[in-house]
Amino acid sequence: MTASKQVERPNTDEGGMGYLQSLPRRVVTVYLPLLVFVVVLLFPFYWMTITAVKPNAEMTDYANYNPLWVVHPTFQHIRYLLFETSYPGWLLNTVIISTAATFLSLVCAVLAAYAIERLRFSGARQVGLAVFLAYLVPPSILFIPLSLMVFKLGLYDTPFALILTYPTFLIPFCTWLLMGYFRSIPFELEECALIDGASRWQILTKIVLPLSVPGLISAGIFAFTLSWNEFIYALTFIQSSEKKTVPVGVLTELVRSDVYEWGALMAGALIGSLPVVVLYSFFVEHYVSSMTGAVKE
Amino acid sequence: MAVPSVAVQRRPSILSRLAESRNTLGLGFMLPAAALLLVFLTYPLGLGVWLGFTDTRIGRPGIYIGIENYEYLWSDSVFWLSVFNTLLYTVSASILKFVLGLWLALILNEKLPFKSFFRAVVLLPWVVPTVLSAIAFWWIYDSQFSILSWALQQMGLIDHRINFLGDPTNARASVIAANVWRGIPFVAITLLAGLQTIPQSLYEAATLDGASRWQLFRHVTLPLLTPIIAITMTFSVLFTFTDFQLIYVLTRGGPVNATHLMATLSFQRGISGGQLGEGAAIAVAMIPFLLAAILFSYFGLQRRKWQQGGGD
Repeated sequence: MTASKQVERPNTDEGGMGYLQSLPRRVVTVYLPLLVFVVVLLFPFYWMTITAVKPNAEMTDYANYNPLWVVHPTFQHIRYLLFETSYPGWLLNTVIISTAATFLSLVCAVLAAYAIERLRFSGARQVGLAVFLAYLVPPSILFIPLSLMVFKLGLYDTPFALILTYPTFLIPFCTWLLMGYFRSIPFELEECALIDGASRWQILTKIVLPLSVPGLISAGIFAFTLSWNEFIYALTFIQSSEKKTVPVGVLTELVRSDVYEWGALMAGALIGSLPVVVLYSFFVEHYVSSMTGAVKE
Repeated sequence: MAVPSVAVQRRPSILSRLAESRNTLGLGFMLPAAALLLVFLTYPLGLGVWLGFTDTRIGRPGIYIGIENYEYLWSDSVFWLSVFNTLLYTVSASILKFVLGLWLALILNEKLPFKSFFRAVVLLPWVVPTVLSAIAFWWIYDSQFSILSWALQQMGLIDHRINFLGDPTNARASVIAANVWRGIPFVAITLLAGLQTIPQSLYEAATLDGASRWQLFRHVTLPLLTPIIAITMTFSVLFTFTDFQLIYVLTRGGPVNATHLMATLSFQRGISGGQLGEGAAIAVAMIPFLLAAILFSYFGLQRRKWQQGGGD
């Protein structure tokens, strides 16, 4: 019942009795709705991209230019963003914070998941349930007390405020996911190793971890994306412009009182999305399995 | 003589030591995760509840004032409006996400060319940071240069621009639409994973018995999908109920608080307004709703385990 097995299983009878349907009927019931879904789901990205490369003159002149196309593409917004704002710094901050939080969470989650799933210490089941419940605690009810704590601990306006608080939603998720992967590794392997005199640590590093690389990738990718997308903590705990993360920086620094620099805003949104999209496109299967696995387990 | 007696004596002690080391090892392995979660999750949760009973402000420690914050909120029409908005937002967005997500999942479960491509593309709205896609929606909903208004005008459906975010009703519909846009992929892909576990033979058997397409869906697909629907929708409801980013980007709660959710009101009063105690009280008021959702999810999980034949 692991996620990997279900997702990666080749679905041999895929589509089933689809051949019983006539082509016109399939066009109406399948292809047309699918087309509408894909267009609606992708349109904002298209609009983002086209706005990011559109010169200001074309952007608001709907009478003379078709807004859905761009006649003279320009890199002025992207150049402005990269060379005249703190945007590259925000990108760097986000990369550092997301990587550190992901790494920290993965280490904690591997140890915790192994302990819960394989060491089976007394109370392991209850701890497993507690981890699941912790996953359900939303940041929206924690940010006020956390902001007080962050301030008292002297972490306010430092990257550590985020590196230490992101694991609160990453560890429960990763632990829950890895528990499912560890469950799929046969007990016999560990028993053999125990008989051969391996310590628990050796079993974890030499047997369990190599076998659960797909699980680790899934958890890592997903955790990285979650930290990259995080907003409310980053908005609350960071004040200096140059220490902000991409989502917060784009929203709070690029939006000035009256003049909306739509071109720069869209370029910022686009470039800020690219790293996670690229990462996602390389690991789609892992991403999907982590998403569905965490829900199903 | 000595050798067997040693063996007899050692056997229970090894066992007991093993049991002991299991627990101590388990404790050691759990330590990093437990420490982080206790300090940055459990403690703040308790602290938040405590703050709700104090008049703490930013830069000034508060004193215990009993349920004064809650009494104030009870008589505060903006708070009740935010509760109403949150429920409206959650219920309508969740229903739409469920219906459209299930529909998309059923389509993707058909035999399609480039199926994995479609599946990957469909997930994009969920992968991209919410704030950044919300900024795109902000531009789409712009009062002057909205592409939607332009498109509808070109088609001759409307004669003047739609004020998407300036009018209370429109603003509510707009933020719900943006939330649904972002939530459909999650629902669709998790339900698709559930659909793929339903054996085709059941459909074939039902078809031989003369079931119509609707009956196939109603009596085969839906019952087998119920457990995963329950869990997916619990997550979806939970995330929607506590949503913050989308509203913060698109409307900041306006116009005239028409789109204020409990989370955004909590932020506005607690962080922007500095009234940490009151903000915390609003956040705590969300907990009963969340508990209801979590209990629902818990029983959903139990049911699934039972259907799989129990065990871990």
